[in-house]
Amino acid sequence: MSRELILNKIRQNRPKERVEMPQNISFEANFSDKIEKFTEVLRGIGGTVLAFENIDDISEDLNPQILKSSNPRILNNQAYVNNEFSDAKTTINLVPEIAFGNTDISKINDPHDLAPVDVAILRGQFGVAENGSIWLDESDFGGHRVLPFITQHLIIVLDKKKIFNNMHEAYAQLDITKTGFGLFLAGPSKTADIEQSLVIGAHGARSLVVLLTDS
Amino acid sequence: MNHAQASDIFNIDEPRVNWHDESLWFIRQKRDKAAWTLPEWETLRGLASQIKDHTLANMDTLLEQFEAKAQANGITIHWAVDAQEHNDIVLNIMKKHGFKKIVKSKSMLTEECHLNPYLEKNGIEVIDTDLGERIVQLRNEPPSHIVMPAIHLKKQDIGDTFHEHLGTQKGATDPQYLTEAARQHLRVKFIAADIALTGVNFAIAETGGFVVCTNEGNADMGAHLAKVHVACMGFEKIIPRAEHLGVFLRLLARSATGQPITTYSSHFQKPREGQEMHIVIVDNGRSTQLGRPDFRNSLKCIRCGACMNTCPVYRRSGGHSYHSAVAGPIGIILAPNLNMKKNADLPFASTLCGSCTNVCPVKIDIHDQIWKWRQEVVKEGYVDFSKKQGIKLMNTVLSNPKIYRLAGKIGRSTMRFAPFLVNNGLNPWYKQRDMPEAPKESFRDWYLKNRK
Repeated sequence: MSRELILNKIRQNRPKERVEMPQNISFEANFSDKIEKFTEVLRGIGGTVLAFENIDDISEDLNPQILKSSNPRILNNQAYVNNEFSDAKTTINLVPEIAFGNTDISKINDPHDLAPVDVAILRGQFGVAENGSIWLDESDFGGHRVLPFITQHLIIVLDKKKIFNNMHEAYAQLDITKTGFGLFLAGPSKTADIEQSLVIGAHGARSLVVLLTDS
Repeated sequence: MNHAQASDIFNIDEPRVNWHDESLWFIRQKRDKAAWTLPEWETLRGLASQIKDHTLANMDTLLEQFEAKAQANGITIHWAVDAQEHNDIVLNIMKKHGFKKIVKSKSMLTEECHLNPYLEKNGIEVIDTDLGERIVQLRNEPPSHIVMPAIHLKKQDIGDTFHEHLGTQKGATDPQYLTEAARQHLRVKFIAADIALTGVNFAIAETGGFVVCTNEGNADMGAHLAKVHVACMGFEKIIPRAEHLGVFLRLLARSATGQPITTYSSHFQKPREGQEMHIVIVDNGRSTQLGRPDFRNSLKCIRCGACMNTCPVYRRSGGHSYHSAVAGPIGIILAPNLNMKKNADLPFASTLCGSCTNVCPVKIDIHDQIWKWRQEVVKEGYVDFSKKQGIKLMNTVLSNPKIYRLAGKIGRSTMRFAPFLVNNGLNPWYKQRDMPEAPKESFRDWYLKNRK
């Protein structure tokens, strides 16, 4: 009833002139280094980006707040995670290359039971350099869409070869109907609703660490 | 109370008005910086506008396509002619399940429909979960800005509110501390909620899915935990294709807050296993607006709030002075469509400077529409007597050179020899500013003397 009322009125009232629909939209970005751009933007919006290649990189790359400086020798993702999140009580890991995690998400039926999760490690599908976002869909969440939001801290492992320049490139190869839910995630949860002061950790994850890898 | 009267009250505390003005201008500057990082910014605005033009011209078929795809994905579609029907649909979904608590993420549509008071009247506990919205909800106020609902409040105000309702320390004003208190308080609500309501930023006709953008993660915390997810949208939220999200997601956050993208741009395609998902498609006057060639462009709005942040009137009068769910320049051109008589004052809450039009990411001709609404409002007789007579008098003076020159002469001598006649409270131009020093002669007099 209402459906017909609304649609009929729209048919009557809509503009009658034809307007071409823009499609195959693309813009060249040509960042000299996509990985560097991605890293710079993501750090600018509160994320931590780490890429362990050799020991010399370490002092520069590691965010001192995250590392709390008491951490002289971190050589790889495994060591980083072990060191940084050693006191976490409830941890979920969906990246088999890293040995971590004490909770098997496949045994959890009710998403509410994920409330105590301190750390979750997921694999991201691709990144976007212009805005520091990472695409993930529910196939990356171990069966629970709420996981990347409800966890206190989030770690995403991302193949550094899978970074696109901009959103047009990203959507050109993305099928958003592949699963029931997916998102571009850019940094930790934040708010500036109190006098425009930026506060990290509103309702979603309090921190986001992206570990860039070569595969 | 009309816009001018409410602005008078807002302007009593001058330092506070200056603070409000500067906060919003700061966000406008962040928007500029973000826009300038993209050489294609203006082209993107043009594309966004064109996509929306195409959408308006094909609204009926796009909505039908969206509905069919969404239903095939297991989503229930509802249609609401007006606010009342929208509110009833939400209430009935809750009644069917016997739910008593609902968590909401930001939705200006539900503000427009006054959903919260309606649900509360029916015994439902409504929790707004966006931090800014929660703050104003606890204070029994409407949001004053579509993106930053509590932009009119100081941290001392929020500290007092949280002390009263959330038990934070008396006098505590640290934003980090207050946000943490809200996080703890709302986590409990998310866990306890049976049903979550979200807005919709973009609904994609091609896929039957929709996108919700937040920075806080509150839409997702609600939707992915609750048994039932209801998403409410004005029908103009539709876009034809997923590809077009590339254009809109690049424009939205940069225009709104200067961020490259919101933290979470969530693409909902199907309900999760065992979950019920509903979409309510609302008209509430939009199809009427679609039929007004001068005003239909207002339906292209993506609710970024850039026009509010840049508006010299909004910044100095505050969102509440617009007495409408959507304030600022975009509110001025939307509200008279809903109720022209009640909102007849709004088209006059503008300097027509055009800054809103310049920053609009979908190129709505906002200030032109404001000017056109003035004409509509006058035509319908909704302008008060003194304004009408004033404009008539001005028309006589300006269209008759002899009277114009005489009036100029009288004005100049009055201001030079009897300034007290204009420098007093009866003259609205004297409020908050001194009258200028009057020149001895007009340009015309000078020209006639010197043209040789």
